[in-house]
Amino acid sequence: MDVKNFDTRPVALEIKKIVVENESTNTYIFEYPLNGKPGQFVMLWIPGFDEKPFSIAYDDGKKFWLTICKVGPATEELFRFKVGDKVGIRGPFGTNYEVKKGEHIAVISGGYGAAPMYFVTREALAKGVKVEFLTGARNEDLLLYRERVKGLGGVNLHLSTDDGSVGHKGYITHVLEKLLKEKKIDKVFACGPELMMKAVGEIAEKADVECQMSVEKYMKCGFGVCGQCAVDDTGELVCKKGPVMPWKYVKKLGEFGKYHRDAQGKKHYF
Amino acid sequence: MTNLELEFCGVHFENPTVLASGVLGVTASSLKNVVRNGAGGVTTKSIWLTEHIGHNNPTMFGTSSYFMNAVGLSDGGLTKAQEETFPEYNEDKKAPIIANIVASKIDDFGELAEKITISDPDLIEINISCPNVEDKYGKPFACDRGDAASVTRAVRGKTRKPIIVKLSPNVNNIVEIAQACANEGADGFCLINTVGPGMAIDIDLRRPILTNKVGGISGPAIKPIAVKHIYDVYKATGLPIIGTGGVMTGEDAIELMMVGARLIGMGTMVYYRGVEGFGKVVKEMEAWCKKNGVKNIEDIIGVIP
Repeated sequence: MDVKNFDTRPVALEIKKIVVENESTNTYIFEYPLNGKPGQFVMLWIPGFDEKPFSIAYDDGKKFWLTICKVGPATEELFRFKVGDKVGIRGPFGTNYEVKKGEHIAVISGGYGAAPMYFVTREALAKGVKVEFLTGARNEDLLLYRERVKGLGGVNLHLSTDDGSVGHKGYITHVLEKLLKEKKIDKVFACGPELMMKAVGEIAEKADVECQMSVEKYMKCGFGVCGQCAVDDTGELVCKKGPVMPWKYVKKLGEFGKYHRDAQGKKHYF
Repeated sequence: MTNLELEFCGVHFENPTVLASGVLGVTASSLKNVVRNGAGGVTTKSIWLTEHIGHNNPTMFGTSSYFMNAVGLSDGGLTKAQEETFPEYNEDKKAPIIANIVASKIDDFGELAEKITISDPDLIEINISCPNVEDKYGKPFACDRGDAASVTRAVRGKTRKPIIVKLSPNVNNIVEIAQACANEGADGFCLINTVGPGMAIDIDLRRPILTNKVGGISGPAIKPIAVKHIYDVYKATGLPIIGTGGVMTGEDAIELMMVGARLIGMGTMVYYRGVEGFGKVVKEMEAWCKKNGVKNIEDIIGVIP
């Protein structure tokens, strides 16, 4: 048996740049040939504190970005880090989104799910794929990546906010529903809160469009050993089988849209 | 065709491979998935009386030769095991399940054993040897003959299920400890638990990689230590053993069986070969047996004089 390429020790990387996205979200830029693919994730170690999984927001083979929202103690600690400080990175891990030349895709995100969808969009455009970029948030301030996406040619941008401060007033899923009726879309990719993705899956299925989504579950190792991210009822691991999974698989998961588990493996219902 | 089936403490196993405690054992669906992938049996993650918070990440990492972890035995507690893990696993049980129990007080082991027996595990495995809780609870019970015996006695007094004691390799004389447990009614052993603890430093960040600073070592590098300890304990006690430690392939499994292992525990193997590795190891064992004219896997147990 070949055990040559098994090193999951973290690589210490300096934070080269921090872009403030809004009051609770930063993008951290690292110069390192991570060679991640859209949809994949890394484990980011905040030395002396904790280590958490984050989707890759961009990777050009020389540098990569992580867009991180302050949601708990670990990310709060990270927000105290400055340019020049070092963190540990392992990865890339997991499955990724795939597109074929000539396709027309819709990528839909909620909140900070916009970041990995930006990476998908960049890769798709480079392959000659047409992209509908749909993103929604509670208000205009929380809409991420809007300006960056505007700067890309060949993308139609669709926005929504709960308060109507910009774009459609209401959920971004409503925009998707309408779009799938108006245009011939080959694939839908989704990243966002679980209940939103469930709605996306159902809408895409109804329109008979293939759909894939980034499933998020509590992770410890990120590389298929601890079993923390095993999903009911298949018992398969989100870090290996996912995070990008087809809706036709996700919809069969008994727990999807119902509950998630914590670090002790206990259930918490949505 | 080789017959890979065997009995262990009166429990029937379709093949000798067993998922070791601590890996892929958070939920019943995960344990079932391990069985679907070829394991002959599964072991739960260590069950505490009450919910137990483990260490912060990083809790584990691997290299080509070894793996290190200090998860800190995170667990949802006995209630989760009783209400969720066992009922869900047992409703369409396809392979034996071993309940691994852990506690920081000797009396708690007895209470756990009594209560988990109601959930009907096939075997109860007593974890007295996890090195990762040492800082908080003093030396593991597995390092002291008297403590190991006391824990075994506490469990024996509360259950009629077969009990196996998981032994630590990090002791001066493993045979003395095994014999002390056997005298108190242990039906078998599982060995070895992780080696060390060890420590690894990220030199760029100038700090230990594991949040717990130290962690148990597993993986390919520890197999010779496992072989030696299994050999010694089998020779001394003759009791059935779940041989665990560094098994990655069917050939590794055969090696441990030759020195006395009756079942083969695998955990870190999942890191190197994925959950599919269970089926692969079973196939490799079969192939070796066929090539070497072994009709019954049992025939190779303890053949090394």
